[in-house]
Amino acid sequence: MNQEARRVNVTLETKIECMDLGEEVARRVAMTAGFDEDEQHKICMAVRECLINALQHGNRQDPRKPIGLSFVLHPDRLVVQIRDQGKGFDLAAISDPLAEKHLMKSSGRGLFLVRCFMDELQVESGRNGGAVVTMTKRYSSNHNGQVGAEVEKERQQ
Amino acid sequence: MSVKINRREVGEVTVVDLNGRLTLGDASAQLRDTLRELLEKGQKKIVLNLGQVAYIDSSGLGELVSGFTTVKNQGGQLKLANLTQKVNDLLTITKLYTVFEVHNDEKAAVQSFS
Repeated sequence: MNQEARRVNVTLETKIECMDLGEEVARRVAMTAGFDEDEQHKICMAVRECLINALQHGNRQDPRKPIGLSFVLHPDRLVVQIRDQGKGFDLAAISDPLAEKHLMKSSGRGLFLVRCFMDELQVESGRNGGAVVTMTKRYSSNHNGQVGAEVEKERQQ
Repeated sequence: MSVKINRREVGEVTVVDLNGRLTLGDASAQLRDTLRELLEKGQKKIVLNLGQVAYIDSSGLGELVSGFTTVKNQGGQLKLANLTQKVNDLLTITKLYTVFEVHNDEKAAVQSFS
């Protein structure tokens, strides 16, 4: 595996159909990284939810604004970043969808699902504005470690 | 990558079969339109057969909640049947399992109306 193969960068248009594309890229990266089918599903869902968030709340469905999606394979984890062109948001200010008063709401579950499916979730403001959502999935004990081992081997060389 | 929706009558109950992915966009809109049409026709006993739905995103979940509320507000009942494991897990972690009446199969869901 060469240096370039550790990182995948995609720029998506702010269109609903591009959410499927981003999710498909996530599936292929997760599969290549050696995650099992269940973990691939969780990573794909998390990516989709972040992309929907970027589309609806970040870029406010403005097709002129791009959404950045990147994947970085480390020896022990996969890091995914989604960047939009919106105003950013405070993760701590997001309401709990499990609370009684929010349970019947038709929205507000996306980032909750991301937290459930990924190991880490961070939101920061980008250098040029917009939100940068970073999420991490560590390899589990039953992970097919071939890719991670190759990355580690290269790092040591 | 969308959803196909088929409606059929089982006695007084309308069973809505969904096949595909219930996600943001056309799929959620299709479900909304289907439920609205059923209510307009006075069909208020509704079972959503989710046996062929392996994927629901947060928008799809929102559409289910919204549909449940709409049907309930018009004096009807919306029940779920035949959940796949992934959808079952999703309803569990979002606590929506406590909101919906969920049945293992269509027969049980239809019988529960009588």
